[in-house]
Parts: sequence; structure tokens; C-alpha cells
Amino acid sequence: MRIRTAGVVTVLGLALAASGCGGDNSNDEPATKATSQAAGGKLVIWADDKRTAALKPFAEKFGQDNGVTVEVQAVSKDLQTNFVTASQQGSGPDVVVGAHDWIGNLVQNGAIDPVQLAAEQKSGFNETAIKAVTFNGQLYGVPYATENVALIRNTALAPEAPKTIEDLVATGKKLKADKKASEILCLQSGQNGDAYHIYPLYTSAGGYLFGTAANGDYDPKDLGVGKPESIEAFKKIGKLGEKGDGALKRSITGENSIATFTGKKCAFLVSGPWAIADAKKAGISYDISPVPGFAGGKQAQPFVGVQAFYVAAKGKNKALAQEFVTNYVTTPELAVALYQAEPRPPALTAAFDQVKGADPDLAKFSEAGKGGQVLPAIPAMAAIWDPFGKAEAAVIGGADPAKTVTAAGKTISGQIK
Amino acid sequence: MSTLSGPGPAPQALGRGPARSGPPETSRTARQHAPITATGLAVKVVLLGLVAGIAIWAAFPLVAARLWVGLAILVATTAGLGYLYLTRRHIPAKYLVPGTIFLIAFQVFPVLYTASTAFTNFGDGHRGSKDDAIVAIETSSVKQVPGSAEYALAIATTGDPATGPLVFLLTDPATGRVSAGNADGLRPLDAADVTVAGSGRVTAAKGYTVLNVGQASVRSEEITALVVPTSGGAVRSNGLSRAYEGRAVRAYDRGCDCVTDGETGRTWTADAETGAFVAADGERLAQGWQVGVGFKNFARVLTDPDISGPFFGTLLWNFAFAVGSTGFTFGLGMAIALALHSPRMRGTNLYRVFLILPYAMPSFAMLLVWRDMFNTDFGLVNNLFGLGVDWFGEAWSARLAVLLVQLWLGYPYMFLVTTGALQAIPKELTEATSVDGASPWQSFRAVTLPLLLVALSPLLIASFAYNFNNINAIWLTTEGGPFAPDNPTNGATDLLITYTYRLAFGAQGAEFGLAAAVSIFIFAIVATVSAVSFRRTRQQEEVYS
Repeated sequence: MRIRTAGVVTVLGLALAASGCGGDNSNDEPATKATSQAAGGKLVIWADDKRTAALKPFAEKFGQDNGVTVEVQAVSKDLQTNFVTASQQGSGPDVVVGAHDWIGNLVQNGAIDPVQLAAEQKSGFNETAIKAVTFNGQLYGVPYATENVALIRNTALAPEAPKTIEDLVATGKKLKADKKASEILCLQSGQNGDAYHIYPLYTSAGGYLFGTAANGDYDPKDLGVGKPESIEAFKKIGKLGEKGDGALKRSITGENSIATFTGKKCAFLVSGPWAIADAKKAGISYDISPVPGFAGGKQAQPFVGVQAFYVAAKGKNKALAQEFVTNYVTTPELAVALYQAEPRPPALTAAFDQVKGADPDLAKFSEAGKGGQVLPAIPAMAAIWDPFGKAEAAVIGGADPAKTVTAAGKTISGQIK
Repeated sequence: MSTLSGPGPAPQALGRGPARSGPPETSRTARQHAPITATGLAVKVVLLGLVAGIAIWAAFPLVAARLWVGLAILVATTAGLGYLYLTRRHIPAKYLVPGTIFLIAFQVFPVLYTASTAFTNFGDGHRGSKDDAIVAIETSSVKQVPGSAEYALAIATTGDPATGPLVFLLTDPATGRVSAGNADGLRPLDAADVTVAGSGRVTAAKGYTVLNVGQASVRSEEITALVVPTSGGAVRSNGLSRAYEGRAVRAYDRGCDCVTDGETGRTWTADAETGAFVAADGERLAQGWQVGVGFKNFARVLTDPDISGPFFGTLLWNFAFAVGSTGFTFGLGMAIALALHSPRMRGTNLYRVFLILPYAMPSFAMLLVWRDMFNTDFGLVNNLFGLGVDWFGEAWSARLAVLLVQLWLGYPYMFLVTTGALQAIPKELTEATSVDGASPWQSFRAVTLPLLLVALSPLLIASFAYNFNNINAIWLTTEGGPFAPDNPTNGATDLLITYTYRLAFGAQGAEFGLAAAVSIFIFAIVATVSAVSFRRTRQQEEVYS
């Protein structure tokens, strides 16, 4: 359908152009909307590559049981942007699968509708997951998996889980001195930082991103970056940096952190469930524990992200989409199938209990995520990532924390409307 | 974003076309009597068939949407093309029209579209119309009425399953009572007339046909649109098997052109200038709409200190980067081409194959590989030379690094085009200089280089323009960094395009309007530089030709 749309737009463009009339392009959009109305009893789902494969058999079964056609389409790149653009044009899907921190942007663009779950359905889910998909007091998606980072350690090098960051650094330094490892800690930063992975240390040192509003949502007006707490936190992070302990380095990037860990060059890796497959392949004996905090500091809270199903506001078959999302996604069978496609802890408690016996890592990741903070879904979060990451990288490189964090806070608040 | 092709446009034909031979009158008559070959006819049939096919394919959606103007344009264009290639007249137009159509469709049209976007606030939160925003605000405020029942729903009709009027058969799970609801309201049904399944859903009812999921899903839009009014709100379907009593907390009032929250009593009034509903205290509803903002985006580029402050520094480096990328690659490419052009050189073909290799590899992947090679601790560059340089961490080393990467990616292209141009320079000229007693350097300076430049200047200008906006070269290596600790918005290797990309898409949602305004500024800069260069090139050509 989308290819056809693009084609129609191009051809119409050509036609307009050829006749020397370049005006009124907006006429193209309703064109596609109207043609698609003819399709009835069809449900279109957009998901990324991995989930498409897991969803297909289930979606086909849903289709057969109910006498409808279900199409699962893989959108491998920029799913969120493509979804927003396509729904604006009226050529979007009925259901989309994605991370919960999209909700803010999808809502401000009117791309998704709230979903109504019965109380007993809601209670079947992990509480954090339900909190994550709640935005402005409304439930906007049905969660199916949660994810968060944890400390993965090579048990051959470090048999004991460190209680504090200081313990970890001491162990890492000893391994380095003994030439058993070349790095103390594999926590990805890169030249421009990585807010997601540094966040547990930032919270343990007392920093926060957004305060909480009365309704429990994050409050974009109460920005924590640039506040004295955040400066203190970055001072502690700076001490672990290149001019300090050398545990945090800009040369460790998203591309090489897991590979350095599986290459046995560092004993500790801060990463999520997605790193486990590589560790297994490399034949490393590993264990998973929560990311430790600073001695005497607060608990290190990782971001908790949730993957969810959304009902498109401009879908052609909303009733069927709601039926699918609220009554079929909430069954444990689908959650287990999705878990098997990619091992992230299922959000549905029943499904989690079903798979945790066979996969001890799952419970450990879930344990590490306890007390974690839901990744903010408010649109203002988009303004955080880049300046926060750069401040992190600069401080790791030895820049003055106070000056750096104040500047980052100023930039962020300038970008929040 | 720019395309991911090689570091320059495809080489153009060098030199000028041959002088026209024969009087035009003769050639025209000759063509008119040219025999129709079978191949020519077949190609014509296939291509025109293709045009007709595409036209028919594009016509259906236009008809369905009743876009008669669009359809008329489509028909006129197709008919025009058909006439043009079926008649024996209008020979020049036959050559010009396809190129013109593509030029308009892929150059003029996008430029006009960008220009028109620059005058709007198009971006995240301001994508659709005001009506879209109102619908989004109202639907996203629908809440379940506190304490109300969750009904088991069966969708039924009193007539034909495909067309008959829809009725919701609702079972209250607490009492087991069944009622029928439509737009007029709820009406209790006699328990004796209905069959209720274990799930609570009605499976059969006297006087109604219960639709199955397949039948119901075809009428999805009607089901979503059907709300059954009740005293507390309205019963709405939630999928095809459940229903709930909900109420839109926020409602739009045309009278005051505002949105009112029924629970808190807050109002947000429409602001046509910003395209948003704004409360008295300045709070805005997230769902806005697209409005024209005049020159606001342009004014912001010029007056916002965050944008205009680092502008000149960035512009200076941007010029240095484009000139450096073009100049160094040309210097190295030409030096190698000259070396291989020497008749004393052996095995030139082998060298040429090796030299062209970087050009044959996808630059996208190569940029990422180079980025990793410059890693301080794990990178090949430092490991190979035993250095500890923090390449992308210091401003000047990062600039040097990106220029080195550009040099590696770009010199094969310059080598190729220079080799071609060298072969077009007559040997007699250089031989004449050596007879006159000039040294090889003098001969190169006085004869070879000027002649090369006559042929290559347009390519150098094109390469400059390409590199001026080469977002990939920066975004995939340094991402514009390193950044000063006190300024995360502007880095030492930022080009205008990477800088504005960050501004327009890094903040709270994408701002296409601002991005379009900035790209018009960049277009103006590149166009001016290119125009001036082309003028000078023409003067140069006049001197040497």
C-alpha cells in the first residue's frame, strides 16, 4: 500500500509538473485514504523485523479463528517516524508495536488512541509496565515485555558480584594490574556519551531528570539536569572517568563494549538482555546482578523500558485493532512467543512465570530492574538525550562538572517548549 | 539528508561536442523519411505502454478520491506524451520533454515544497489540520465513567449482516441482564429471548442477527462510530467483544473556539498564530495543528542566539572542510594521475585497479570503519603507530581526522577524472614547451594545469557544493564533535547541515519548518559560491580557448 502511495504521489507529481502546474500537492493525501477504505475485515500490524517474525504465526491464527485477514508488515528502520508520517497521510497500519517512550510523541501527533483494559486484565501485568504505558492518566498501549540494563560479569574473572561501584573499580583495577583484563568496566559512552547506560550511576549519585507531577507523570517543568544534585552526581561520575579511576572511558562505545566483554578484556559489562546471546556464543561464564551504586549513595536505578502494542488513531479497522490489542495481546501465549523471538522479560506476570523456570537470566534481569525508573515518555525527553550524553562524555574526559552540567541544563530547558 | 553516493557527481563528458555537420534542413528531411525499424517500433510501443499503464494505475485512486483536477492533469499529460511520440513532428521536444519532466518532478518540485514548508510550523505536534487536533484531543480524553460496568458485547443487526442497522447487545456481567443499544439509547431485552454464552456474550437474540468477528470487522468504522447514550456518558465499543461506559472529559466548543476540561473546568483557547490550544497561564495542549507562520522561522535563524551565535564559526569551518576535501583529494588524485600518465611508468593498469578500490567501496560503511579506526584505545590508527591521540576528542585532531577520511574516500574520483582530462591534452603542447627549453615544472604550470582546470573546474565546483552539505562525512564519524563542555549544541567539526539537523530534529520533536528555512539559507550560500565560481571559470575558458 505504501509503495503504491509513493507511486501515486510521484506520478501525480510528474503529471502536475508536466502540465506546468506545480501547485496544490495536498490533494494527493486524501487520494490514498479513500482507496484504502474498500479493504474490509483486514488488520494491518507494523512491527520491527524480529517481532514481525514472532507475530506472524500468531496473527495468522487470529485471522483464521475470526475470519479476517491479518497482515504483519516489517518496518526495519525508523518505525516511529514512518508510522507518524503514514498515519498522517492515512496510509498507516491499524496496530503498531514499539517502545513505550514513543507515547508522548505519538500522542502529540494524534497517531494513537487510548486503550481500555478491564481491571482484571490490568492486574495481570507487571505494575511498572502498566505505569510506563500510562500517559496523562490514560492507558495508551498494551505492554508485552520490559527491559533494563544490569551488570553482567565474567565469573571466571570476578566470581563475586560487587556491592558498590568502589568494589567494582577495586576488582577491575586488580585484574588490570594482573594483566587479566585491559579495562575496568565496559560501560558504553563514546565521544558523545550515552545517557541510557550511565543513568543508574547518575541516580545513585543523587541526580534526577524530571520531577513528578501530581498525577504521577514526569513533570517537564521540573528539570533535574543543571540542579546542584546533578552537578554532585557528575562530580562522582567524573572521578570514575579518564582523569580519575579510568573506569569510564569515551573509547568504549556501543559498537565495541559487548565485544570487549566477550573478548575477556573486561570483567564487567553494563548492558541489557540483548547482550546475553553474544556472551553465550563466546562461551563466557557469566552472572547477572543489579548495577551497583556508589558507597553510601542512593540505589542505582536503571531505566525501565517497555515494549507495547498500540491502536492507531487513524487506522481503518479500529474496532478489530482494539479487539486484537485488548483481548489477544493480553494472553500469555503471545507473550511467550514474543519472548522466544527475543529474550526480554514478558510484562504479563503469567507469561513471565511460565518462562522464568527455563531461563534463570530472566529473573535476574527483572530483579535488576526492580526499583528502576520508567523511561520518561513525555516529549520533553527527546531534548534530554543529546545534551545529557555530551555532558557525560565531557565530564568523563575530564571537563569541569559544574560548568558542563549547567550548560547542558540550559540547552535542554531551551529546547523544551 | 543527502544521498549516499560517492564523493562527487558522476564524471561528465569532457570537452565540447563535435561541430554540427551539414545544414539542419537536410537532416530534418532525412529524418522524416527515415524508415521505421522493428526495434525502434518495439521500444516505442513498450515505453508508451508503460506510460499508459502507470497513468491507469494512478487514475483509480484519483477517481476514488474525486480529485478531478488531478485526474484532468494526469489525462492531459498522458495524452500529451502519447501525441508527442506518435507524431513525426516536434523533434526537439521529443528529446527535451522527458528530462524536463524529471527535472520538475525531482528538482523544482522538492525545492518549491521545501520553500513552502519553511513558512509553516510543520513538525511534531503540528502535523495535521485543526480538526485533526480537535478529534485527537477529544478521543484521547475519553475515560471510563468511575464505577460503571464493563459490558460483554455482541454486535448485532436487525437487518442484513452487511448493511442492516447496527445494534450493541450488552450483557452486564454483574447482573447478567441483557440490553440492546443503538444511537437512541439502551433498551432492556427479555431474558427469555436471548441466549447467553459462558463468556457472558449474547450468541443469539430474537429479532436480531448476531454478527461474527469477520462480518463485524468489515463494518469496523460504523462500530467505532456508534455510541449509545446513557445518563452518565455513553457506551462505546472496545474491540468487538467488550464495551464500556465512557465520557470524553475534554470537549471543543465552537462558540469560544476553545477546549474545556469537564473535570477541572480548565479551558484552552485556540491560538491561530502558534497552532495550539493555550490556557490562560500559557500551558499548551500537546496536540496542535499546522499553520503558516510567515517569516518566523527565518527570523529565528537570524535572531536566536543559539542558532546565530556559532553560525559564523561553523560557516568558516564549513568552507574549510569543503575546500579542504575538494582541494586535498584533487591534489592527491592529480599527482597520482600525472605519475601514472608518464610513459616511463610500468604496470599502470595494476596501479589503477588498486587506486580505484576505495571508490568502489560503499562510503557509508567506510565512514563507520574509519570512525572505529580512530578510536583512542581500540582503533587501528593509534595501535598501528603506537600513538595515544584522542582523535575525536580534540578539535584540531578531529578536523584533521575527518579531512583524512575525506581524502581517502575522495581521491580515486579525482584521479579518475584527471586521468581522463590528461589524455585529452594534446602531447604536442607539452612537447613544444620542452623544445622551448621549459622545465617539466614550468611546463606543468603553464600548460598542463590550466588546461586541466578548464576541463575540471565544473567538477571541482560540483565537488565543493557536494562536500559543503556532506552530512554523512560528519554525522557518521564525529557526529559534529568534539563539543566544548559548556556548549553541547555546536561542535568543532559541525557543518551547517549537521548543526541544523541537530537543532531541528534533536529538540522536543522534529521541526520541519525550521529545518526547511535553514536549508534555504544553505542553498543560498552554495548557490552564490557556485555561481561566482562558474563565472570565473567561464572567463578562464575564454582566456585559454
